[in-house]
Amino acid sequence: KKTKDGLVGRIDALVLGKKEIDADTLEELEEILITSDIGVKTTVELIRSLEQRLGRNELKDGEALRAALKADILARLNAHHSVLDTDARHPFVLLVIGVNGVGKTTTIGKLASRFTGKGKRVLLAAADTFRAAAAEQLEAWGERSGVDVVRHKEGADPSAVVFDACKAAVARQVDILIVDTAGRLHTKVNLMEEMKKIHRVIGREIPGAPHETLLVLDAATGQNAVSQARLFKEAAGVTGIALTKLDGTAKGGIVVAVSHEFGLPVRYIGVGEAIDDLRDFNPQEFTDALFQA
Amino acid sequence: MFDSLSEKLESVFKKLRGQGVMTEDNIKEALREVRLALLEADVNFKVVKDFVESVRVKAVGTEVVQSLTPGQQVIKIVHDELVAVMGGNEDNGLNLSAKPPVAIMMVGLQGAGKTTTCGKLGRHLKNQKRRPLLVPADVYRPAAIEQLTTVGRQLGLEVFNSSADQKPVDICSAAMRFAELNGFDTVILDTAGRHQIDDFLMNELAEIKAAVLPLEILFVADAMTGQEAVNVAGGFNERLDITGVVLTKLDGDAKGGAALSVRAVTGKPVKFVGLGEKLDALEVFHADRLVSRILGMGDVLTLVEKA
Ligand SMILES: Nc1nc2c(ncn2[C@@H]2O[C@H](COP(=O)(O)OP(=O)(O)OP(=O)(O)O)[C@@H](O)[C@H]2O)c(=O)[nH]1
Ligand SMILES: Nc1nc2c(ncn2[C@@H]2O[C@H](COP(=O)(O)OP(=O)(O)OP(=O)(O)O)[C@@H](O)[C@H]2O)c(=O)[nH]1
Ligand SMILES: [Mg+2]
Ligand SMILES: [Mg+2]
Repeated sequence: KKTKDGLVGRIDALVLGKKEIDADTLEELEEILITSDIGVKTTVELIRSLEQRLGRNELKDGEALRAALKADILARLNAHHSVLDTDARHPFVLLVIGVNGVGKTTTIGKLASRFTGKGKRVLLAAADTFRAAAAEQLEAWGERSGVDVVRHKEGADPSAVVFDACKAAVARQVDILIVDTAGRLHTKVNLMEEMKKIHRVIGREIPGAPHETLLVLDAATGQNAVSQARLFKEAAGVTGIALTKLDGTAKGGIVVAVSHEFGLPVRYIGVGEAIDDLRDFNPQEFTDALFQA
Repeated sequence: MFDSLSEKLESVFKKLRGQGVMTEDNIKEALREVRLALLEADVNFKVVKDFVESVRVKAVGTEVVQSLTPGQQVIKIVHDELVAVMGGNEDNGLNLSAKPPVAIMMVGLQGAGKTTTCGKLGRHLKNQKRRPLLVPADVYRPAAIEQLTTVGRQLGLEVFNSSADQKPVDICSAAMRFAELNGFDTVILDTAGRHQIDDFLMNELAEIKAAVLPLEILFVADAMTGQEAVNVAGGFNERLDITGVVLTKLDGDAKGGAALSVRAVTGKPVKFVGLGEKLDALEVFHADRLVSRILGMGDVLTLVEKA
């Protein structure tokens, strides 16, 4: 059953035994891509490129079609791929943002462990002062890797937390400051203003910071991720993506669209709820998984 | 980003104005637009396929009503069919009629909104003069128990005392006894988020179900979910035979087409929608509102209703 549903299974079913690839096949292919959450716009572009090659008689059979499609997707991911380098600045400030429940706090917990594991001194800022027990959650993560958390009371001004955290980061000469923010839907003007203010305060306290603004996306998200990326980028100048929850059945195809459309590198992927369930993003592996039945 | 479906259909049918009957031929392009609109709204592709076919069957041979353009007519058929698929105006109320205490269990993927919805439902039930008890049975997520405890405090609702070193099924069973002894009529169980393919954690839910026999098992689904909704909802339903769905985070700009997929694959009604992080942001589900949202129509709808 799973095989039939996978991208590869569906493409194979589509082109198997067909000596020639016609327009109908491409139309079906379009639907297959859309339904892999790759996004309507990217799908149309990918199909257009296949059509051109078809016109040049470059694609003789299903195998060639599949290879071409895979290469196209990989090229899109590779075009913007770059690994996050936290050594260049001191302290390096990482601001983590995204809609509700995507995995921001968890990703920060994992990052703290990864960085301390490399001998870095890390400080966390609990700038989600809204959600119930958000700071307690971040503190629990901090404890797991022996990292301090700057926090205020629930309901406090998140910018004030960030202000204190920046001061502390400089005073304590930490290597990396990671700022957790409250989940917010990108369409909420007041919450986006609050986030811009957080961003401004960081920049005022530590010139050039934040050095990375990481947008966290949930792999199960569909077309809405495009809107999320657009509005978060407009508001806070997103510089990278973390894609979470790839350990389920979701393939996270929407990052192909998001990365390409907004020129954003995918930095990390989340593959579970445990502290070491964080990986560097690898375009080749991701594309392979996307095409895996 | 995309013109609304109604605008697209208007332009599709521009050339057809004056034709009296919809034919296989003249609705082909319109149905393609319908299909794309639904896919863009995150409705699962298989669900879309079946749906478009049923619309085709309904539409072919239909006479175009004088007061409507053919585009509006197709929209009306699509709209009515979608509302029907979503259960029309069926009663989506909670089933709580049994000897108290009755249990409501929240299940779903990580971060879907279960804990928040526990609080919202508790508030909703309190307003209906019931006495709900909130039960934190998520022993995995850091500070999950504190989260529900805080929510309960904010709402003036009692939260069962549990700790992360207990087994979730033991917490739930003990909470039922506690409720019985202390006069709580409704027990709302918050469970940890999990993937439907996680056998260990899915077993845990089945155990809780067997131990407390909840009247309601609500699958909490994020409105931003894409094509995966079918696999996830299908998995939870197969294992637990859910009784309903709560669609959260509809306060953003997600179309929420996943709800259609969930409904189609489980046959279970959406009972509530979550419209915000605040604990009063819960509403009873209305099929027609969701359908209008998916189709991206406001004015057209009133136009259609007049016809
Ligand atoms: N399976 C899995 N679960 C994850 C992953 N990342 C996060 N989660 C889970 O997703 C849920 C939400 O994670 P959080 O880190 O609290 O998300 P958040 O974005 O901080 O949420 P808010 O602050 O409420 O907006 C938790 O149950 C996490 O354990 C992942 O990569 N895989
Ligand atoms: N905007 C909005 N946010 C919501 C809604 N429902 C829940 N949330 C937010 O979504 C995030 C996750 O909610 P939780 O209630 O913690 O989700 P959960 O399913 O219990 O998460 P886990 O226990 O980690 O699996 C939080 O930031 C909530 O405030 C909603 O209807 N609208
Ligand atoms: Mg958080
Ligand atoms: Mg929870």
